[in-house]
Amino acid sequence: MRHLMSPLDFTVEELEKLFDLANDIEANPDKYKHICEGKKLATCFYEPSTRTRLSFESAMYSLGGQVLGFSDAGSSSAAKGESVSDTIRMISCYADICAMRHPKEGAPMVAATKASIPVINAGDGGHQHPTQTLTDLLTIRSLKGRLNHFTIGLCGDLKFGRTVHSLINALVRYENIKFIFISPEELRIPDYIIDMLKAKNIPFEEVIRLEDSMPELDLLYMTRVQRERFFNEEDYVRLKDFYILDKKKMQCAREDMLVLHPLPRVNEISVEVDDDPRAAYFRQVQYGVYVRMALIITLLELQEG
Amino acid sequence: MLNVGKIEEGFVLDHIKAGSSLSLYHHLQLDKLDCTVAIIKNAKSSKMGKKDILKVECDIDKLDLDVLAFIDHNITVNVIKDGEIVEKQELVLPKEIKNVIKCKNPRCITSIEQELPHIFVLTDEEKEVYRCKYCEEKVERNI
Repeated sequence: MRHLMSPLDFTVEELEKLFDLANDIEANPDKYKHICEGKKLATCFYEPSTRTRLSFESAMYSLGGQVLGFSDAGSSSAAKGESVSDTIRMISCYADICAMRHPKEGAPMVAATKASIPVINAGDGGHQHPTQTLTDLLTIRSLKGRLNHFTIGLCGDLKFGRTVHSLINALVRYENIKFIFISPEELRIPDYIIDMLKAKNIPFEEVIRLEDSMPELDLLYMTRVQRERFFNEEDYVRLKDFYILDKKKMQCAREDMLVLHPLPRVNEISVEVDDDPRAAYFRQVQYGVYVRMALIITLLELQEG
Repeated sequence: MLNVGKIEEGFVLDHIKAGSSLSLYHHLQLDKLDCTVAIIKNAKSSKMGKKDILKVECDIDKLDLDVLAFIDHNITVNVIKDGEIVEKQELVLPKEIKNVIKCKNPRCITSIEQELPHIFVLTDEEKEVYRCKYCEEKVERNI
């Protein structure tokens, strides 16, 4: 039995298989619509996350399975002081697979050690959010046709953004990737990531202005400057509008550059960009469902037909 | 100069960083052993200037070498039998340590989950980096 705690839990070859399956689901959804009949997914969300929870639920329903769960700690037994270990033992009796989001880092790993069903980390604090990374990778692979040989710009909050850190860790396993980190000084990419890139001889640049690096990008990954990551409101207000992608900036970009964003966006991408064919962030949401469908099938070890 | 007599059977931990013998005493749980222990602080050392020394009169098996190596693998472990040094134990950084230190990350699951062991894993042997098994927070090893 396997769990998913980090995007690096799967080898590059295993990811290829998972993405092939996701693309097959996209092309032939009917083939998979009964594959999870009689199976139940528990969504254990100790903190609210509409997007991720609905994506998991949509994925399970599209596979013919059923869903049960809770969507905040207040409505679960955690409010009465139950441990994650006890909760997952109970959930293991109710469901066949579990997706867990928890504000405490490492909580899904604790669950995985006690569970008798596969556990998927659906986000644990500022630590990991592997299904977002799988979504990003599937989107890039599906729309670009490859996961190697490109220059990717990562823009916004690179200090606290766990999606950015996870994506970098996942992409360094592919050939000929160049990173351009676009952020204000206060939200620079952490040193440990810079050290890792240097140790692996992976090219990268750190820049302050978004426009300057636009022409050389194959991909632009935008992120939100999250209010909850700041200790004081003043810093948040000062930095949140630092990098806004609009039509004018898009004019400097290549014809085939893609814009990705883990969503929700606040105002870092102007709505006028939404109709640009290079804006891929809503298609990314759809790929998020396909990759979760593929993941559920894979972890439940189900065969189509 | 202060003289502390020889021990007949046990071990001598030498070259302990000056001032850290007492914390080592607690981490090795020597307070729980019913045996003679001498804690020598700030002894003169040609190599270190000042050093601490622990002399413990009990079986070497009762010493958790993994804990010792995690705290400071430069400590010399002399095994004593019949009043003589019979062996010097090599200290190797353990791959994993359990319940020696606590994770200091307030967002870590270990801060709320009952009876969850605090486990740290050696993630970079060269730089001697340990990270929490659950949240991957790096450990500051100046204990």
